[in-house]
This record gives sequence, C-alpha cells and structure tokens, in this order.
Amino acid sequence: MDTYSGDTHEKVIDVAGLRRRYDGQFEAVRGVTFTVARGELFALLGTNGAGKTSTVEVLEGLARPSGGQVRVLGHDPYRERARVRPRMGVMLQEGGFPSDLTVAETARMWAGCTTGARPVGEALEMVGLGTRHKVRVKQLSGGERRRLDLSMALLGRPEVLFLDEPTTGLDAEGRHETQQLVRELRDRGTTVLLTTHYLEEAEGLADRLAIMRGGRIVATGTPAEVTAARPARIHFTLPEGVTPDRLPLSVPSAADGRRIEVRTERLQEDLLELLTWARDRDVQLLGLDARHASLEEAFMDIAKGDAR
Amino acid sequence: MSTTRTGTLKGTGTVPATGPRTRSRTRLVALGRAELTLLWRNRTAMYTALLLPVGMVWATRSVVPTHDLREAGLTRNAQTMSGGIGVILLLVVYYNLVTAYVARREELVLKRLRTGEPSDLEILAGTALPAAAVALAQCTALIATGALLLDLPAPRRPELLVAGVLLGVLLLAALAAVSTVFTRSVEVAQLTTLPLFMVSLIGSGLFVPVELLPGWAHDLCRLLPVTPVTDLVRFGWLGGAGAGEILRTLGLAVAWTALAVFAVRRWFRWEPRR
Repeated sequence: MDTYSGDTHEKVIDVAGLRRRYDGQFEAVRGVTFTVARGELFALLGTNGAGKTSTVEVLEGLARPSGGQVRVLGHDPYRERARVRPRMGVMLQEGGFPSDLTVAETARMWAGCTTGARPVGEALEMVGLGTRHKVRVKQLSGGERRRLDLSMALLGRPEVLFLDEPTTGLDAEGRHETQQLVRELRDRGTTVLLTTHYLEEAEGLADRLAIMRGGRIVATGTPAEVTAARPARIHFTLPEGVTPDRLPLSVPSAADGRRIEVRTERLQEDLLELLTWARDRDVQLLGLDARHASLEEAFMDIAKGDAR
Repeated sequence: MSTTRTGTLKGTGTVPATGPRTRSRTRLVALGRAELTLLWRNRTAMYTALLLPVGMVWATRSVVPTHDLREAGLTRNAQTMSGGIGVILLLVVYYNLVTAYVARREELVLKRLRTGEPSDLEILAGTALPAAAVALAQCTALIATGALLLDLPAPRRPELLVAGVLLGVLLLAALAAVSTVFTRSVEVAQLTTLPLFMVSLIGSGLFVPVELLPGWAHDLCRLLPVTPVTDLVRFGWLGGAGAGEILRTLGLAVAWTALAVFAVRRWFRWEPRR
C-alpha cells in the first residue's frame, strides 16, 4: 500500500546541542543531541523534571530553543510550523479538549483543522471510542480521554508522531491496546518519539532510547545496549545454619540476614561457582533467582544516580 | 458498526502529505463552530451575551439626565442607543472573550490547538467568531430598533458606523486577549474586566456623552481606548462631525487597536502558569 519509499536512513528528527532556558532562568535542557531515523521508535526516559517534556515541546514547535539546532522532517519546527504541522501528530502530556464538547464534536473540530483527516468515525474506532460519540469530554474516564487524544494525534495519518506519556492513567488493558496500536503504526513506517514512565513499555516498544537526567542525556542506545553495561543479579536465601561468610564468591555480595544479593558482570561463571559450591556442601539455595539487569534496574542506576 | 476495540488500521501507512493543506477558512469555521457550541452550552455566558446587554441598555436609558443631553444636542434615545453599541461590545465581545480565552487556556485547549495546523491568529480569531457574530447581530438589532421604534434617524453615514463597530469588535477582542495575561482563572475574570468596563462606562460616552464632562476630564477621556469607537458610532449614526474630527477619531481607534495587537503578540500566554 502506501508505504513511503524514501531513504530509510533519513533523519526525521535531528537534535543537536539543544538547550532550553525558561524566562532567562532555569535551564531545563542543557545540550541534548540525538537523531531518529525514518520508521524508528525512539523513547525518551527520565525522572520527573529530567527535561523530557521540555525537549519534546521544542520538537513539536511549541517553543523556541535557547541554543542548538532542531530539525523535524528537514525543517525548523518553530519557524516553519506551517510546513511541518500537516505531517506530524502530537499528543501532549495532558488534556487539551474543551470539557463541554462531545467526543464527536471534538473530533469534527480537529478534523476541520487537519490536512487529509481520516473519517471521524474511523479515527475514534481505532482507539476503541466507537461507541462514545455523544459523550461529553468531561464525562470520559481518564483513560478514555487519553485515547481521544491519541486518536486526534493520528487523525491526519502523520509521518512523525510525538507521544508524551501516552499510557499514563490507562488501566492495564488500555495500556496494552495503546502499545499494540503504537507498534502497528511503527510497523507501517510511522516515526515515533515517545516519552514514558513505564520502563517495560520502553523496553518492549523502543528501537532505541535515551535516558535523561538534569537536562542531559546520560545513556543512549538500544534497550539491550543500555542494560548490557549494568551488572546482573543473583538472589537467594541461605538455609539456617549457613552463614554468609562461608560463600565462595570472589564477587562482593550483600547480605540482609540470610537473604543474599550478588551483583556481577560475569553471571554465568559466578552462577556456576555458586551452584557447584551448593551441591558439594548440600546447601539449599532458597528462592534462587538470576537475571540480567532489566531496563528498570538500569534506569534506577542511571537516572537516579548523583543528580547534577 | 463493528467495534473491535483498537480496530484495524486502515490506511495507516505513512503518506507524505501530498493533498492540499486545509484552508484558513475551513479551520476558522471548525474552530468557530466548536466555540459556538460551547457558548450555547454555557448558561452564564449565554446570559452575559444575550440578556445582559438588553438590560444594561434599558438601565442606561433611565439614568441619563435629559436636560444635560439637550445641551450636548442629543436626545435621550440617541444617547442610549449609540452608547448601547459600546455596551454590547464590552459585554459580548470583551467580557465574553476574556472568559472564553482563559477557560480554553486553563483547559490546555489553546496549547493543544497550537500543536495542530491553525496559526496563532486563527486560534484567537476562530475562538472570537461566535462572540463577534452575536455582537454584530445585536448592534444591527439595536440600530433597527432605534430607527423603527424610537424615532432615531437611519444612520447618516453608514460607512463610519460600520467602521466604528468593526474596529470596536477587533479592538475589544484584542483587549480581551491582553486581559487574559493578568486573569488566572475564569472566576477572577469578573474582577479583571472591571477596570476597562467602569472606565469605559463613565469615560467613553456609554452613559453620559463625553462632551458633558468638565474640560480636563473631557480631554483625558477622548484618549481612552473605547472612546474613539463610540465616537465613530455616533458620527456615523447621528452625523454632525467634521472631516478633521473624523480623521482624528479614526486614527486614534486604529492606534489603540494596533497597540492592543502588539501587546497580544508580546505578552499573550498560551498555557497556564505552573
């Protein structure tokens, strides 16, 4: 069908040395650089106040950068708004629809402002609001409001999609459905920039991601790359009568009573050593659990580390 | 309709925007229509826009002292009705739009619209469309009432009257946008719109003709933002102004409008303060 047959290495989003300062005071973004290729799904992670939304707002053309360069689809999203807007879809972190309009009225208004808008009914059905046409926005649940927002962002079949915390406030099912929808969009060639608080969401969806802290990017790469640099963990509980100081490990382990945590970069070797030791001495390792660092663990280490 | 939640993605493929872009008029109509629906559903706003002006104009009529008016060469009806246009502009355009702009800003509607295709001007203008239309309809009704029922003349110089009303709509819409800068919520709008309202009522010829004020006050009031608008309306409706005075008044009206537009561009906030 209508898959775009352009250069797949085209940089759809190109950010270089971006800075953003509020009213000459607080600098929320302090030199951020990254690119997103066509068809890629890029996730921006960070704790509250890390500078994600401040960054995304510049890309959406809502604010002027105070330093650095930003290009979306080859244009300056702030000064060349009129050229970029018809090709992008935006979902802000929060609301933005009059509470006294119905779902259908909202969609009609938005469609009147959107080039090549899909039929309103189709757009609402995509996000599961097909039966809620006549409901006022203020009577929608938080999750339904997020889905209406997403539906409006998709109304113009955008090439680039900016989603600022699209699943916040959704229940597990709604989250799953939205993630599925985003995945399908990506599979059909839409370039997506996503911010999220749910790390498993980023891990499952993103081709690449960046973790921000204090207005800077502190880690970037594929989810596997970002977690690879982190130590794996082994957890277990020693039976009564076996004290932690009898453990064989060369790696430092932390003990909390009989509960032991080992952090290691040589998971296989250390695990083998541990299991051999346990078999030889006939020790039961209770609740044994060994795993690579999850994105969540990596995130905790990176994003919450010494701030600034 | 078959509703699989999160149904299939018809035509989700990325299509470079090739078709014609939406037109400014289409966007304005879409925004104006939504705003009209909102106005219709808001009882307070409907009351301010439809009933209050009528009541106010009626009230002014009984306040104005007749003998003073004769000195200024006006009848009671002439003063009431020409001042009434000022009242309509203040209530229907100014007050109504301050609350509308603030409400949309606080609900993040303005910010959300700015992520779409409408330009900043289109967002503000589209939001103002219903109020402007209601105000124009009321002015027309007022003029018709004056001519048909109250023995007022048909407008002597309609082009001046039209210029006055249109400049008035533009000026008061811009002043409404400026007033949102110091209006944090819809509730305080009643307070923040008061200064312009009171000053105009007394000093811009809505109640009493400016001519009846003492010399120094007269000179000062001529310079108030709404005065040139009410002057133009009076010149257009009742006649009796020389070319020099008309030009001066037009110039002043345009200057105030330009100043207000500048202030909007400089200070208007598109989202709530955090």
